[in-house]
Amino acid sequence: MSVKKIHEEQPKDFEFSEENLKKVEQILKRYPEKNKKSAVMPLLYLAQRQNDNWIPLAAMKYIAKYLAMPYISVYEVATFYTMYNLSPVGKHFIQVCTTTPCLLRGADKIVKLCKENISPNENEISKKGSCSWIEVECLGACVSAPMIQVNEDYYEDLDEKSTKEILTSLINNKPLKPGSFRGRKNTAPEKISTDNEEKHA
Amino acid sequence: MLKKENKIFKNLYNEFGWDIENSLKRDDWKGTKDIISKGREWIINEVKTSELRGRGGAGFSTGLKWSFAPKEVGSRPHYLVINADESEPGTCKDRDILRFEPQKLIEGCLIAGYTVNAHVCYIYIRGEYLNEGKRLQDAIDQAYEKNFLGKNACGSGWDFDIHIHYGAGAYICGEETALLESIEGNKGQPRLKPPFPALVGLYGCPTIVNNVETVAVVPTILRRGGKWFASIGRAKNTGTKIFCISGNVNAPCNVEEEMGIPLKDLIEKHAGGVVGGWDNLQAVIPGGSSMPLLPKKICDTLTMDFDSLIENKSGLGTAGIVVINKDQDIVECMARIARFYKHESCGQCTPCREGSGWMWRILDRVVKRKATFSDIDLLSDVTKQIEGHTICAFGEGSAWPVQGLLRHFRKEVESRCREEPLIKKKLNNPYLVDQHLLENKNA
Repeated sequence: MSVKKIHEEQPKDFEFSEENLKKVEQILKRYPEKNKKSAVMPLLYLAQRQNDNWIPLAAMKYIAKYLAMPYISVYEVATFYTMYNLSPVGKHFIQVCTTTPCLLRGADKIVKLCKENISPNENEISKKGSCSWIEVECLGACVSAPMIQVNEDYYEDLDEKSTKEILTSLINNKPLKPGSFRGRKNTAPEKISTDNEEKHA
Repeated sequence: MLKKENKIFKNLYNEFGWDIENSLKRDDWKGTKDIISKGREWIINEVKTSELRGRGGAGFSTGLKWSFAPKEVGSRPHYLVINADESEPGTCKDRDILRFEPQKLIEGCLIAGYTVNAHVCYIYIRGEYLNEGKRLQDAIDQAYEKNFLGKNACGSGWDFDIHIHYGAGAYICGEETALLESIEGNKGQPRLKPPFPALVGLYGCPTIVNNVETVAVVPTILRRGGKWFASIGRAKNTGTKIFCISGNVNAPCNVEEEMGIPLKDLIEKHAGGVVGGWDNLQAVIPGGSSMPLLPKKICDTLTMDFDSLIENKSGLGTAGIVVINKDQDIVECMARIARFYKHESCGQCTPCREGSGWMWRILDRVVKRKATFSDIDLLSDVTKQIEGHTICAFGEGSAWPVQGLLRHFRKEVESRCREEPLIKKKLNNPYLVDQHLLENKNA
């Protein structure tokens, strides 16, 4: 289990915006009426998006009331799952995958670049621009390793040069286009030899 | 080698477009109504004939699993749940299905839903795959527009709805009962089995949980016949499978191949060979990080299917192949996997919660050359204490890779354990507890 820190300065109140309240209604329709509790995860996501990508305690209390469930159950869910940020993160939130398949292809170099260019420690908002970074476990793009996730986009097939470019672009608030940085098509092998072989055969 | 016409996922690399119009050209939704009109018995029998085994890791017979669902709907509704919480290190096959072949999955959901008497299907996608989830939602919307879903789906007389539920970064939610807990709005901690989800699952109702790839291949099997699927691969390990080849290879890729293909062919023909040549191969993790690694000697002749890998004391798992060459420190690689399991343990069972951290700390000591000789036996003992003593298979998943390391690379480990026992040195040993507990802030 990971250690999650609750932010020291908490806003007093939280309420869903009009727009989000409409979304909440849509979400609740997905689940059986007596199982409203199921909506707690999607609602936490909504709260996170509304509140600059982190969830204050007030939002948890608000959701607990909304779904008629105990506050502690919402707190439990929010602290169990790693994708709920309980303290502020940068506008560009960089997640570096460092699990073995990425490690084998040089994820440690990307971590080093993040330390140099963004902040020496994880979860620290950079002095220039608004970025923060964190090491995470497998992001499920192993054949495109090494890779990083910035907010919701995957940047794949990285090396030191391309990582530096991406990080600079994020600090300057002009993010590059996500996708493969070796110009390959999705997860196809780069030198496609099998197709030719089939044609010969 | 798999012939081109036998490929099920023709758009694995998005060469032909993912949207519904292009999918229809690739024969998706062709004759779905006729298939459903043949009835449940026929569908289950055809899937049993195909000998399709679940693609999520355990390799359980899909036809058999579907037959466990109660035949008649009682007072409780039935549910179909699709497991798209793909988090096993080395695996990224479901992501491509979600992105580029969503109609195959949706059609499979309808057929599977009809077969197990479910009107509602939840697809549980890991939270990181937000873009893939949006793509799937678009595909679902397109299917609704064509009346392939909703009331009287596809003209079959069966009402069927699909909803997406996002996870939030917990590996354990890939375990079926933890996944159900998560949909119910709880922490993702696995339940004791029995009762199995087929009888008591989501909201206490009969639920069938299937992997994305399993469900996505079903429509093609039913269209082309179970016998066709069974003719590919070898007995009891039939059909095609998407292999993900990552790590130290020249061209890492996803590729659909027949079961039972030699590992060497897979790496050399599809993934451009090992970096530094085949002789530079050190070890291969054959089925995602939970499966024990295999040294080069076994890899030379290994074929990739469920049974042959079990014979070699490993497993096909999710077929995420991680290739490790001789330039890498094998102990460091496995220590990183141990750290992954320490991070992802849900904390419900003591052997796993404490043991996964313990294994990581010992391996970390070995990497830093601060371990003693007796640590190896201790490590081996810890893995045995975890295995089989937990509610879910996560315990085995965390212990097996370490056991594999000790089985095949014991000499490598031993050569690094030259330290005197720390107790004799009277040093303050920071490795005896989790590092973060020493920080005052966390105390």
